[in-house]
Amino acid sequence: MFQIRIHGRGGQGVVSASELLSVAAFEEGKYSQSFPSFGSERMGAPVQAFARINDTSITIREPVMEPDMLIIQDPTLFHAVNVFEGANTQGYLLINSSKTLSELGIEEMSSLYPKDQVAVLPATELAIKYIKQAKPNTVLLGAFAALSQMVHMPALEKAIREKFPKKIAEPNILAAKAGYRLIDAIER
Amino acid sequence: MLQQISGSIAVANAVALCRPEVIPCYPITPQTHIVEHLSTLVKSGQLQDCTYENVESEFASMSFCIGASAAGARTYTATASQGLLYMMEAVYNASGLGLPIVMTLGNRAIGAPINIWNDHSDAMSVRDAGWIQLFVESNQQAVDVHIQAFKLAEALSLPVMVNMDGFILTHAITRVDMPDQEQVDRFLPPFIPRQKLDTESPLSIGAMVGPDAFTEVRYLAHHKQKEALTIIEQQAEEFANIFGRDSGGLVKSYFAQESDIVFVAMGSVVGTMQDLVNDLRSEGYSVGILSLRSFRPFPANAICNALKNAQQVIVFEKSFAVGMGGILASEIHMATQRYADIQGVQISSVIGGLGGRTITKQSLRKLVDKAKQGDLDAEVFMDLEANTVVRELKRQQDEQSSGPAAENILRDMGVVSASKTH
Repeated sequence: MFQIRIHGRGGQGVVSASELLSVAAFEEGKYSQSFPSFGSERMGAPVQAFARINDTSITIREPVMEPDMLIIQDPTLFHAVNVFEGANTQGYLLINSSKTLSELGIEEMSSLYPKDQVAVLPATELAIKYIKQAKPNTVLLGAFAALSQMVHMPALEKAIREKFPKKIAEPNILAAKAGYRLIDAIER
Repeated sequence: MLQQISGSIAVANAVALCRPEVIPCYPITPQTHIVEHLSTLVKSGQLQDCTYENVESEFASMSFCIGASAAGARTYTATASQGLLYMMEAVYNASGLGLPIVMTLGNRAIGAPINIWNDHSDAMSVRDAGWIQLFVESNQQAVDVHIQAFKLAEALSLPVMVNMDGFILTHAITRVDMPDQEQVDRFLPPFIPRQKLDTESPLSIGAMVGPDAFTEVRYLAHHKQKEALTIIEQQAEEFANIFGRDSGGLVKSYFAQESDIVFVAMGSVVGTMQDLVNDLRSEGYSVGILSLRSFRPFPANAICNALKNAQQVIVFEKSFAVGMGGILASEIHMATQRYADIQGVQISSVIGGLGGRTITKQSLRKLVDKAKQGDLDAEVFMDLEANTVVRELKRQQDEQSSGPAAENILRDMGVVSASKTH
């Protein structure tokens, strides 16, 4: 089972990201589950969402305690929340930032991960470029697909089209593709 | 058709497939998405011949249900927590009058302290109200059991409450096999009311009943719930034949009959327990689960049959009777006392997941390990921060005007927003 935990702030589309991931995995014939950390959500407050992807049915309901993939949508959270709690450092780390790992002050922690399984990208800037909003979630989902290969772009595109009306879906697909290309290029 | 869908939307779609004719609703977290989606289905014309009414309160909502059902309409609503309390008088009337209303309860804690998260306090507050109360473990079961609920309600002319864990199920997005209209129509025939207010053939419903007949009317309600024990099993089988999957029944055993240690639980926690039991069994533990699908009627015989070979039973529940203890545990105790074969079984009552506290596999595993060593207490509050409680007790002992307990405990735990009151 592959477990994902997404950290962000209210308004950044954290919950939608986990939902889109689970739908994309479903489209590829996998079993998946997604749910938010439940609370009275407010704009700007720290938010978490969870997803699980598996080849067989998933019955567990506890939050993701040992994520194989950590997605950090907001780098200011490094100072507010212990985002690395329980993280499987043999897994993946995906961060939205225009800074480097050392500028973010997480060089030590990120060095525990295999080097090619860590990625930092300016997802907010790309989101502003493609969707004219500071919602980095779909850029990061594209990056997720490139980094982990746990879901692939066609399924992700389908998931985005199902969730949003065309006018919102199309720019978000472009945003996801931009995220994918950026990480795919680094990987090579 | 397989869909990756939220629990709430799946349930709303399932209810729509049952062709409800009247849906009065008042939104309350965490069930709001269900009634919101139903209102969309009615407005868009996808759900036809249905009146959707956004009423002014939960009391109005259940009262509206009573009127509609008495007039012979297939009637549905949903609520949770304080909303259920607000409709309480009408809840008793719906069952007392024998009206086959179906209601989803998106299970949530009851305040004070106010808490929007999941536990079973709301369901347990109506355990004696005369409704059939069913619990579901997953969103697939939520879909399937709602379809069964209408058929069951109408067969017995009794209201049925489907309990679905708030947030954990309502807000989770998972794979659900949505039935099609043809299947549902085959399973659920059109509603023929046992009693109907009809101007063509006038009658009255809701007579005042005095001491001479009250016992008989109440006994009949008990008798009908007992009849439900048979009908639930029959309909579960019928459902499985049409839909090709087993989603019903009074209880569901997961290695319960063949295990030394058996969890008894209701609702979504069973899913986490299954994951744990798979781990533990592969490590050589003899552990299983008995999931209660029907809480009212209470399936004492089915429970005792399933627990016949158990040595230790861990009754896990997400609510308790303050001043008494575990509600389900007490009922399991009573059932096993009546059933001579299993009087020797050790029963521990575990209270957990209150007000949405995470139920982890790790904490559940500790219970099993303790049970295995024979030192699981008769009553356990899982993951209780005992030191916090002890400190508050000391404050109360030291000072008569120690202030509100909830605020003191929040402050003790470092939740800074808790205001100092004195």
